[in-house]
Amino acid sequence: MTRFCLNTTILLAGIVTIAVPLALVLYIVAVEALTNTLPIKTQPLIRPWLWLMPALLLLGIFLVYPVVRTIIDSFYNATSSQFVGLSNYSYIFSDTSTQGSMLNNLYWIIFFTGLSVAIGLMMAILSDKVRYGGFSKTLMFMPMVISYVAAGVIWRFVYAFRPPGSPQTGTLNAIGSAFGASPIAWLIDPLTNNASLIFVGVWTAAGFCMVILSAGLRGLPEEVLEAARVDGATEWQVFARVTMPLLLPTIAVVATTMIINALKVFDIVYVMTSGNFNTDVIANQMYKQLFISRDIGRASAIAVVLLIAVLPVMLLNIQRFKAQENR
Amino acid sequence: MTRAKNTWWSAIPTHLVLLSMTALWVLPTLGLLISSFRPADKIANTGWWTATPLEFTLANYQQVLAAPDLAQSFVNSLIIAIPATVMPILIAAFAAYAFSWMNFPARDAIFFIIVGLLVVPIQMTLGPVLKLLTDVGLTGTFPAIWLAHTAYGLPFAIYLLRNFFGALPKEMFESAYLDGASPGTAFFRLALPTSVPALASLAIFQFMWVWNDLLVALIYLGGRPAVAPMTVAISNLVGQYGDGWQLLTAAAFISMLLPLLVFFSMQRYFVRGILAGSVKG
Repeated sequence: MTRFCLNTTILLAGIVTIAVPLALVLYIVAVEALTNTLPIKTQPLIRPWLWLMPALLLLGIFLVYPVVRTIIDSFYNATSSQFVGLSNYSYIFSDTSTQGSMLNNLYWIIFFTGLSVAIGLMMAILSDKVRYGGFSKTLMFMPMVISYVAAGVIWRFVYAFRPPGSPQTGTLNAIGSAFGASPIAWLIDPLTNNASLIFVGVWTAAGFCMVILSAGLRGLPEEVLEAARVDGATEWQVFARVTMPLLLPTIAVVATTMIINALKVFDIVYVMTSGNFNTDVIANQMYKQLFISRDIGRASAIAVVLLIAVLPVMLLNIQRFKAQENR
Repeated sequence: MTRAKNTWWSAIPTHLVLLSMTALWVLPTLGLLISSFRPADKIANTGWWTATPLEFTLANYQQVLAAPDLAQSFVNSLIIAIPATVMPILIAAFAAYAFSWMNFPARDAIFFIIVGLLVVPIQMTLGPVLKLLTDVGLTGTFPAIWLAHTAYGLPFAIYLLRNFFGALPKEMFESAYLDGASPGTAFFRLALPTSVPALASLAIFQFMWVWNDLLVALIYLGGRPAVAPMTVAISNLVGQYGDGWQLLTAAAFISMLLPLLVFFSMQRYFVRGILAGSVKG
């Protein structure tokens, strides 16, 4: 039975892998053949829209329409059958579990962003000073390609906890007990669990920050740094007074990307604690409202809060792009 | 240049920080890799650092490959990821080409909306899209997730390719048109071949993104073993840990194998893609 199932799915995938690109290429060929039969003057009026159509259709169905729909649904009840005004919003802002999640997302925004950027910057600067820097960078960067699910499994082994007295199988608790500390249930203890989850995020993201900041550092004008050094500035002064201000725009870009990731964080929490022990985040709250409580209204209201949170970044991006185009 | 600080010992803190950070970044993965070759009872009772080469075994990997659900989930991940990588790149290339080299009303406005869509949380779309897919009977099928991943990948793909196409020399296209080439010919003969590096970066990104995705698969496919990708299968396994730990180690490693392979063989394209996508200009 499984064998049969495997074979047919592989066959299906093979057909799709070949047929879909072929169909898309044929589509453009057909579009071109069609527009070329039109009068020269009408061609430029029609052609762009036909080239854009597949993209606009998909974006419309899967992104634009759902966003509008979600905003509308957030003012309706659980089954979208009755208008309820702002009551979904007053629920999510007064409910203790969503409040707790928002607080946790705030922790994520502050500590995940801060640590990822700080570690990324530190590694970008230090790795340029030594010969094995490139190797070091590759290893720091590697976790970025590991799924959050696999990262969750990896870190469960680091955080594993066994009662005091028995040999510890978790890396952290083993190190701790070697120094005589009593083992900590990292993912359960309310003092450590959020920090533990956030660090997994930092582990996956710091390499990304490092790569971008490293490129930013390379782009700094070498003469300016040298001039400061010639004037007698210490390495630290050069860093604080020259490098940092010049690098600030790049840091801002990296930090906003991290803030967006912090707002949307889901997988790490879902896999490692399922949001238990006060570690829940809004993305997981939304998942629960949608699939466990089956309340479309409340789920939509949570999503809208998330959208409002990323709105400033969205406007900033558009502005940045406009500026770049006009240059 | 006289730099008084360049004595051999002044570099020690740098080495210390770099090496300890690198170790901190590698050890967790190394721990899992070693654990994945250890017998179940050893994993449950002793730490990975106590492992000796004598106890290494492939039993966990054999067990994963023999578990029908896990083997199927690996195949499912491939079935999901390959079309979901090819489709958005082609569709985005058409759109990016129109945005770069064709004139039409509202061109910039539409493009700004797409830039805005870059950061829209996927969560905003889950409810309505799920309802749409259910209405047309696609929920829990591969086409549902192919289409969803294609659409979700489009804003980034269009953005990246538009930046790339837009930077191609204008003269190249003008002389092609003078020679009688149609926009279609110019696209297939000029724009695509010169953009291979950008297309490669994009392919790597989209593939990783789809391969590593949990949320979209969880919602549009559900946990049915016949369609669930590795991320979903592993996260289900995490839920029932206890006896499953040894399975989890091998399964997690198998799921990381392909991304790591792509990463180490095409790191340059990967880095280029990151830089083009985030600090363009």
